[in-house]
Amino acid sequence: MKELKVLAVVVFFTLVTYWGVEPYAHKVMHKNVEEATFENFQYKDLKAPAKGDPAKGKALIATCTSCHGIKSQGIKAPMDPVAASQAYGVVPPDLSNAGAVLDEKFIANFIVSPTHAGLVKKSAMPGGMADAQGAADIAAYLKSIAPKEIKPKEAFEFACGRCHAVRYDKWTQIGQTPKTKADIKTGVDLALMDFKKKVGQYQVKLAEYLGKLPPDLSIIVRARSEEYLEKFVENPQHILPGTAMPRVGVTEEGYEKIYKYLEEVGDPSKPKREKVGPWVLGYLVLFAFLAFLWYKSQWKGLK
Amino acid sequence: MAHFDPNARPFSHKWMNERLAVDTLKRVLSTEYWIPKNINFLWAMGMVLAATFGLLLISGIFLLMYYIPDTKQAFDSVNHTIMGEVGYGWLWRHMHGVAASVVFLIIYIHMFTGIYYGSYKRGRELIWLSGMLLFVSFSAEAFSGYMLPWGQMSYWAGMVITNLFSLGSLDWQGLVEWIRGDYVPGQAFLGRFFMLHVLLMPLIIMALIVLHFGTLRIPHVNNQDGEEIDFEAEAEKWKAGLRKESKVIPFNPVFLSKDTFVLGIYFIFYFYLVFYHFEFAMDPVNFDPANPLKTPPHIYPEWYFLWSYEILRPFPKDPGLVAFGFAQVIFFFLPFLDRSPNVAPANRRGLFKFWFWILLVDMIVLTIMGKVPPVGIYTKIGTVAAWTFIILWILLPFITKAEKAVRGHK
Amino acid sequence: MSDRRDFFGKVLGAYAGLGALGALYAAKRTWDPLPSVKAAGFTTLDLSGLEENKLYVEKWRGKPVLIIKVPKNAKPDTAPNGNDKNAYEDPRLITVGGHKFMIVIGLCTHLGCIPDYFPEKHKFICPCHGGQFNAAGEVLKAPPPSPLVIPPFKVEGTKVVLGEAGPEYKKMKEKGLVA
Ligand code: HEM
Ligand code: FES
Repeated sequence: MKELKVLAVVVFFTLVTYWGVEPYAHKVMHKNVEEATFENFQYKDLKAPAKGDPAKGKALIATCTSCHGIKSQGIKAPMDPVAASQAYGVVPPDLSNAGAVLDEKFIANFIVSPTHAGLVKKSAMPGGMADAQGAADIAAYLKSIAPKEIKPKEAFEFACGRCHAVRYDKWTQIGQTPKTKADIKTGVDLALMDFKKKVGQYQVKLAEYLGKLPPDLSIIVRARSEEYLEKFVENPQHILPGTAMPRVGVTEEGYEKIYKYLEEVGDPSKPKREKVGPWVLGYLVLFAFLAFLWYKSQWKGLK
Repeated sequence: MAHFDPNARPFSHKWMNERLAVDTLKRVLSTEYWIPKNINFLWAMGMVLAATFGLLLISGIFLLMYYIPDTKQAFDSVNHTIMGEVGYGWLWRHMHGVAASVVFLIIYIHMFTGIYYGSYKRGRELIWLSGMLLFVSFSAEAFSGYMLPWGQMSYWAGMVITNLFSLGSLDWQGLVEWIRGDYVPGQAFLGRFFMLHVLLMPLIIMALIVLHFGTLRIPHVNNQDGEEIDFEAEAEKWKAGLRKESKVIPFNPVFLSKDTFVLGIYFIFYFYLVFYHFEFAMDPVNFDPANPLKTPPHIYPEWYFLWSYEILRPFPKDPGLVAFGFAQVIFFFLPFLDRSPNVAPANRRGLFKFWFWILLVDMIVLTIMGKVPPVGIYTKIGTVAAWTFIILWILLPFITKAEKAVRGHK
Repeated sequence: MSDRRDFFGKVLGAYAGLGALGALYAAKRTWDPLPSVKAAGFTTLDLSGLEENKLYVEKWRGKPVLIIKVPKNAKPDTAPNGNDKNAYEDPRLITVGGHKFMIVIGLCTHLGCIPDYFPEKHKFICPCHGGQFNAAGEVLKAPPPSPLVIPPFKVEGTKVVLGEAGPEYKKMKEKGLVA
């Protein structure tokens, strides 16, 4: 009985200390994150567009395809990523999956004014490419051609992958690092060096355009909390005022896909932990029980 | 003259005894190493510490096989190769990180147990001093280990802590650069801290653990009432079969059975943290790679260094360093600053009772204030707590000198 | 009474041993080759335009791969073990684009040194303990106990992919020509 009292004292002070240095201190340190609003990717500040007509949107799409490709519709991008970055600072995304990841309202607003929708001072994409109705039609068209199901990685590639690398998955801003082979006599891998040079050229332009090179996201899920990430992606300005990262305008499902990808890359042991954990703890509970029996038998008749 | 029976079968009991005195060893180290009966689970904390050190050693060995001490590769070797590719690499890393944090919790419990029961006096001074050396070595071990993933916290903690060695306005930049082997923490720094972490400090710690155990042997451990026990006489009683009457028990198997039970409970707690709650021991900031051109918005040491860090923070540079130095060494002097001959639980020791609980609470307050940003009310609380700490230690000799003798209760 | 006391200690000890086995399993897994090492096990070789009777060296899974476009008459000058048949007729050669090739892992089956090729003698001689092989990788002189090893391969036109078992490889395997 007395030992339980001693234990209670120890546990009490341990918990107070834990509470102070973990939940409490983090709450104080990350006040801005806690206080930032979150609206489940509804983009309430944006005007709801008029109803769009996909057929009309299709007719207007040539305005977009002078810069963007739409692979799923057989439209190739006019420039490769490196050339595009030299011209614009960043490669205009292929629009095949736009409708699968982005919010329709957001797309319509973005076409009219990328800086307004993206909440940034400048944008490589010019504004006013269509009037409000035209923008709504294009948005509807992009939705209509979007694949029903896309993979988590595809969502990431479209929404984040042109600015952020994920080196633990060999992803670069200009695409997947190719498998190459070094020359047997010299150990030189020219193809890889070529590719790295291209990535470098792209990154230099990107950093010029954004003011800094956006960070690699390989283990961002361990470096930032879930709350931080979702609030930040929904509205970067709320968390890092003045940041060059635009609001990308993903839907809730789009974000879940992206997060899933980041988690698979950044915390690959999660499924294994969940599998092994119960076994180890179960083993130890029985261990403690057997040790208790031993202890009781040894201490019997001592007092 | 040693006697060796030529007919003894190799490796038989007799053969071994003649060469290694296994029976004597077993007796001296375990079956006739006497422990008072009147103790609680807090006396198992030493074994818990030894076991945790074992966990650190084992998990560390596995981490070492893929870790690369190179500023360009260290981060990815840990966060990609070990966490993602090596079979059970994640387990070793989480075990190592969590054990490194939890070991300090247990050390603090172990220390405060010693303080509470007065286990640092009357022959036990060397136990205390060797324990403090262990504390310092563990701190160095933890700090050097924290450098290895070469994340933002590694880098900036390395920067800040090594800068302490410029000793304030003495401005010994030369010393700081010598410690780093560079103007900033870089490859030389990582290389030497790697060496410290995986070789030198573990060797020192192992030697100190042996010393610590050695210092326990003659005075024996204390007990819940601080009672002076005649261990020889009580041991005779036990050997005569008076299990109930004797005040002592043999370490093996009787005390060991209880140690093992406490260890079992501890392992449940520890592995629960390893599998489900490791974030507290693996700071998110350190999952950003080291960037010498950008300090993270919040930097703070690991929780177990916070109280001494907070003693440095509220003061201007020089006095801050003095206060910090004071906090680092003052616990060494406890056996000599406590002027009372009483060996008894703090709660029976007059003013010391208050001294103990205030110290404990004050250090927790310092710990928490050390983590929150130094603004507004937190700075004030921190300053008060820092002064409280200093004043408590200045008062200690006086209040213990005035303490009345406590009768061996019971 | 004291038996009962010991009994629980023994049960606990045995149970702890069980836990140690579990930990050993995790330790074993840690020593396994990494997935990235295993995945890196494919190499494509283009065999068009190779010269006859000349040794080419490539790398597969970190090991040297020896390639010879075997000429019609590749009879070794001597064969201490009496196996002096023409290597060109050997079933261990791989036909790619109408030509016959020896493609083997270039590590001596004795203790792993790389044998040297002597084109004029049509044979390999290992520098370490003097083992000899013909131009198809068959043993001419001990100590190597068995022919040079053929890696899993797949023929694709004039190319060969190492690390993947194609139909030709599987056939060889059925005949017991590859390890
Ligand atoms: C990780 C390092 C340490 C290990 C492995 C360790 C181990 C042990 C062990 C096995 C015991 C005997 C059982 C017990 O009373 O718990 C013990 C006792 C003791 N240790 Fe430590 N210890 C460590 C660190 C420290 C530290 C940092 C201090 C304080 C400065 C300390 C002070 C003491 C004292 C005063 C005792 C005697 C307790 C008594 O007589 O009741 N030890 N230690
Ligand atoms: S290794 Fe080739 S003969 Fe021994």
